Amino acid sequence: MLARLISYGVGFVFAGMLLVSLITGVATNISSPPAPLAAEEFHKHPKPLDLASDGPFGKFDNQQVQRGFQVYSEVCSACHSLSLVSFRDLKGIGYNDAEIKKIASDWKTQVPSINPDTGEPATRKALPSDHFPSPFPNEIAARAANNNALPPDLSLITKAREGGAAYVHSLLTGYQNQPAELLKKFPDAKTPPNLHYNPYFANLNIAMPPPLTSNGQVTYADGKPATVDQMAQDVSAFLVWTANPELNRRHAAGQAVAIFLLFATILGYFAYRQIWHEAKRKVRVTGALEPENQAKTRRAKAKQGVAG
Amino acid sequence: MSFNWAKPYEPKHPLMKWLDERLPLPRLVYGSVGGGYPVPRNLNYWWNFGFSAAIFLTIQIITGIVLAMHYYATTDGAFNSVNQLIMRDVNAGWLLRYAHMNGASFFFIAVYIHIFRGLYYGSYKAPRELVWMLGLVIYLLMMATAFMGYVLPWGQMSYWGAQVITGFFSAFPLVGEPIRVWLLGGYAPDEAALTRFFSLHYLLPFVIAAVVILHIWALHIPGSGNPTGVDVKDEKDTLPFHPFYTAKDGWFVGAFLLVYAIVTFYAPNYLGHPDNYIPANPLATPAEIVPEWYFWPFYAILRSFTFDFILPAKLWGVLAMFASILLLFFLPWLDKSPVRSGSYRPVFQRFFWLLVIDVILLGWAGGGAPTPLRNAIGQICGAYYFLHFLVILPIVSRLETPLPLPNSITESVLHGEAAEAAPAGQRKKRGGSVATAAAE
Repeated sequence: MLARLISYGVGFVFAGMLLVSLITGVATNISSPPAPLAAEEFHKHPKPLDLASDGPFGKFDNQQVQRGFQVYSEVCSACHSLSLVSFRDLKGIGYNDAEIKKIASDWKTQVPSINPDTGEPATRKALPSDHFPSPFPNEIAARAANNNALPPDLSLITKAREGGAAYVHSLLTGYQNQPAELLKKFPDAKTPPNLHYNPYFANLNIAMPPPLTSNGQVTYADGKPATVDQMAQDVSAFLVWTANPELNRRHAAGQAVAIFLLFATILGYFAYRQIWHEAKRKVRVTGALEPENQAKTRRAKAKQGVAG
Repeated sequence: MSFNWAKPYEPKHPLMKWLDERLPLPRLVYGSVGGGYPVPRNLNYWWNFGFSAAIFLTIQIITGIVLAMHYYATTDGAFNSVNQLIMRDVNAGWLLRYAHMNGASFFFIAVYIHIFRGLYYGSYKAPRELVWMLGLVIYLLMMATAFMGYVLPWGQMSYWGAQVITGFFSAFPLVGEPIRVWLLGGYAPDEAALTRFFSLHYLLPFVIAAVVILHIWALHIPGSGNPTGVDVKDEKDTLPFHPFYTAKDGWFVGAFLLVYAIVTFYAPNYLGHPDNYIPANPLATPAEIVPEWYFWPFYAILRSFTFDFILPAKLWGVLAMFASILLLFFLPWLDKSPVRSGSYRPVFQRFFWLLVIDVILLGWAGGGAPTPLRNAIGQICGAYYFLHFLVILPIVSRLETPLPLPNSITESVLHGEAAEAAPAGQRKKRGGSVATAAAE
């Protein structure tokens, strides 16, 4: 009896506290409803983006990823590092050893090193085994050069943002003037100086100036016309690769594993049916059953040659 | 073990005979998961998830041991050792890591279904109270292990999750803050916290494995329950675990692994949070801090308390969150109905499904940034959660009239055959199952 009372007591206390919280919460919301925020009302979800790497049978379109790499190296790499990726990894998108060696040694930022004669800090040309050198030596330098904003490392960016590649593509093509409607509704929400209005960015005002501004900003090696949208798509595809260099192998291995498991499961299912068939038959072959099962039993008996 | 018709182990091979006489390990296996363990013949597919959970524990331990070979437990090295070394440079490292990451989720899926199966079929009732309680111990250990594992990649969610969860302790007056500092080895999650979490994350799975053995041992004393909740009466009611249930579990695990493989290979980050691919930064709080999906219902309860009454709201939330799990230990005594299976308890059944919906809604409420609607749903569902276990269940179990139970497991399988064979008077007295009534 006492135990029951304790149980009811604890239950009612917790439930009561939650209901009081509910009532006070609802009352607060009614008496002083939360002020609408420009960032909630004008924020846009990424536009859909189709890439060759999407879906279970998806594979990188090496030509597109290489174009995206060209956009990265000519535009993005001025500010954004790619510190988890090595030059040698470029083999995965179709460059050969000689090309990789050239890309590494021609890279505009050199790799920090030590002068072998004096022991003083120095730099040297990058090797295929090096990671992409960062454009700034450290965070303070990066912030100093960018109005105190830190350009994030791009190695994992398509995994580190809701929406992935579609987000990157929308963000790069989403710069616009602040809508008049927004300013009418939220006069205080004017984009501050040095920031740029972009409805795909979480708080609408991004520090990065529009990086892709004119068609033909990059001259593609494969001759594809470099429209702003094309460049944005290509660099998004490239950043899917930097975040998922294993994607081709993963998708192929997934197919093999799925086929194996499907086959094993079907075999296992038939083994199960056969093993249980015995157990069920042992019970069902005699005795009265429901009408629908009686018919089954008669058929089973006829088949086995059992009388009755 | 528990039934006198259980087949004793008879070694066929001379080597096994030699071994059995000296160390009866084959005998133990045979009696536990072999032909020597009689299992009710009427188990449905809800009974397959325990075996699946054991498979996932094994997958986690194997992938985890190899991952630990390449992992650096330092605040400078952890993020890159996972996202660069393991994901890019270790042979098939991406497979190990994604398999481990999603393996944790699928372990929880299997265990949650296993727990709800127990709740519906009254698996916590006498004589299986200890089986239930050991299961809850496993569940608590899993939660601790999963939480510490999530901290190891040292991404934003790792760091801030550790900050929030260890922050629970600071809700307690006086002792709270010193305990938190002692647990973390510092004032905020840092090197000391990371290395001890790694050490414990490696240790706890083996503790889980040990408690799993106790869980199965305790189960084998009364034997497995079954969907009717009726006790096993004779040999006809049971089938040996091997080959019948090994075959059934076998193909079912294959199907379950297929779903797991599809997620692991084609949507490996679907169940995770993108912020964990940003390196931990103690100076930048993420827009929303949410734990992994399997903690969402508890997280909703935690943050649903917003009203200070005697105790601060935060402490109410922490107490309620611990209480929401601990009350499950008292379940065998909260629900005193002599009928085990929910199938024969019409009132209980409705409340059970309400609880399932309630917990799913709680998960939704805990899984995103707090909005007025999320908060309100969390508070209503949190209140129902406590009322369900502490008030409704004890009352229902006293007032409800259960449906007539089948006379035996075999009868329930035979769709009324045994009942028709029995004399009419006897049948009335004992009552018949729904199936029996239909057959008549």
